[in-house]
Amino acid sequence: MRTVAVVGTSLAGLRAAQELRAQGFDGRLVMIGAEPPYDRPPLSKDFLLGKVSADDIALAGQDDLDALAAEWRLGVRAEKLGREGVTLGDGTTIAADGYVIATGAVARTLDAARSLAGVHTLRTLEDALALKQALAAGPSAVVVIGAGFIGAEVASACRLLGHEVSVIEAMPVPLAPVLGARMGAVCGELHAENDVRLIAGVPVAGFTGTGRVTGVRLADGREIRADLVVAGVGARPATEWLTGSGLAVDDGVLVDSGCVTANPRVIAVGDVARYRCPLRGVRVRAEHWTAAGEQPGVAVSNLLAGSTVTHFARHGYFWSDQYGRRLQFAGVATEDVRIAEGDTASKRFVATYHRGDVLTGVFAIDSPRPFTRLRRAL
Amino acid sequence: MIRACSVSELPEGEAVRLAGPVPVSVFHSEGAYYALDDTCSHQDASLADGWIEGCYVECPLHAARFDLRTGAPDCLPAKNAVRTYPVVVADGVIYVDTEVRQDVA
Ligand SMILES: Cc1cc2nc3c(=O)[nH]c(=O)nc-3n(C[C@H](O)[C@H](O)[C@H](O)COP(=O)(O)OP(=O)(O)OC[C@H]3O[C@@H](n4cnc5c(N)ncnc54)[C@H](O)[C@@H]3O)c2cc1C
Ligand code: FES
Repeated sequence: MRTVAVVGTSLAGLRAAQELRAQGFDGRLVMIGAEPPYDRPPLSKDFLLGKVSADDIALAGQDDLDALAAEWRLGVRAEKLGREGVTLGDGTTIAADGYVIATGAVARTLDAARSLAGVHTLRTLEDALALKQALAAGPSAVVVIGAGFIGAEVASACRLLGHEVSVIEAMPVPLAPVLGARMGAVCGELHAENDVRLIAGVPVAGFTGTGRVTGVRLADGREIRADLVVAGVGARPATEWLTGSGLAVDDGVLVDSGCVTANPRVIAVGDVARYRCPLRGVRVRAEHWTAAGEQPGVAVSNLLAGSTVTHFARHGYFWSDQYGRRLQFAGVATEDVRIAEGDTASKRFVATYHRGDVLTGVFAIDSPRPFTRLRRAL
Repeated sequence: MIRACSVSELPEGEAVRLAGPVPVSVFHSEGAYYALDDTCSHQDASLADGWIEGCYVECPLHAARFDLRTGAPDCLPAKNAVRTYPVVVADGVIYVDTEVRQDVA
């Protein structure tokens, strides 16, 4: 393999480049990215709170980037992947022997909000800067749509910054699909405990305002006043540019358990990849930092080997910071959830999920040590 | 020199945190003792809560791994080393010399 092109230069793309070099690839390495490598998790946490700057969240220093001895095409998008190679927005085409697809995901928004000012999403540094600026203007009523992790973190940051915040969640219990109903409810309580109003079980029907948002209309007819809205309603994989590539795409680039597409010269890693999880026997998009950091090691081995020789078989893990508390989750949630340490009332505990005699998952708030020990037991 | 704990209080694979203006932790792994700044250089997790394996401790929060011998991280998200300190064991007691900071890379 003489040339490898990496498309997407955030966490998964950068890690893939590092793995290529670490695993002995000494050919031409082309890094194509709309953005430079920076870390997203702080965007909804310390960056919004002003505790870290854009420089602090760079994923690598200049020395580390130089050490990759790569050709960088930053600030440009890949528009097409075809027989002749990958074609960029500036019209150039780069032919390679191997391709790494690491284009991540794009924040979803609500159609009704497209033409209204004051409605934000949060995925990129640019989004975070715009939101920060809007918050600095002193909105009197912030409404966050979606009580998932990003929504909850944004609500928490806005509250810590002193704003009046409401969170609207369509499901009756926030985070239930991820953490199960019982732990989802515990997380939901964090909002009220921190003077944030949680309205759950009601979908958003639309917005009020002309030009600028003035409120959010709920499906039950209620109207919630808002002069700043943040939609935390998930992300979709960035795969449009793969139309015509011949690769199978269905809510992500379909790859095997080694992150390899049907073409052994093309791998996909991170949020954009929907891989066959050997532990669960289903296809999943991990959409978490740790997976985006760990998949490239496996995927690159397979790319260099020319076939799937290793598999990505790790339990999912993610963390979240909300209202000064640290949430950690690993594995899979089941109905059988037990408190292993602490108590949910104090919001400092470790809960374990079981299927029969098997430990399937661990969730903890402010208990990193026992969490780490139990996570290892999964 | 500050007294950390007795040898019997720190089994293999465990760590003890010494509170102070700059918290320092002592790690026991594969028969040796190491002292490092306790706060991860990435954010504010306590490395004493981490997972100790071989001569590395994995941060409990975002899994950066630090070399117990040098304090240097060997993977993202940490980019900077944590400081290490000399450890002395005398009469079954573990001491850390927090005066001598060994700044590494
Ligand atoms: C606000 C926020 C907070 C988060 N917090 C946490 C957390 O606390 N814990 C956790 O585990 N996870 C968290 N995550 C998730 C985590 O950040 C992602 O899983 C991770 O960033 C995925 O990395 P990636 O490289 O696969 O994709 P991305 O980070 O999405 O990177 C993809 C890159 O590709 C670029 N790109 C896209 N299309 C093209 C194209 N056609 N051509 C060129 N470049 C392109 C994009 O601009 C981007 O730079 C958070 C995410 C967000 C947005
Ligand atoms: S706080 Fe240690 S790796 Fe992030």
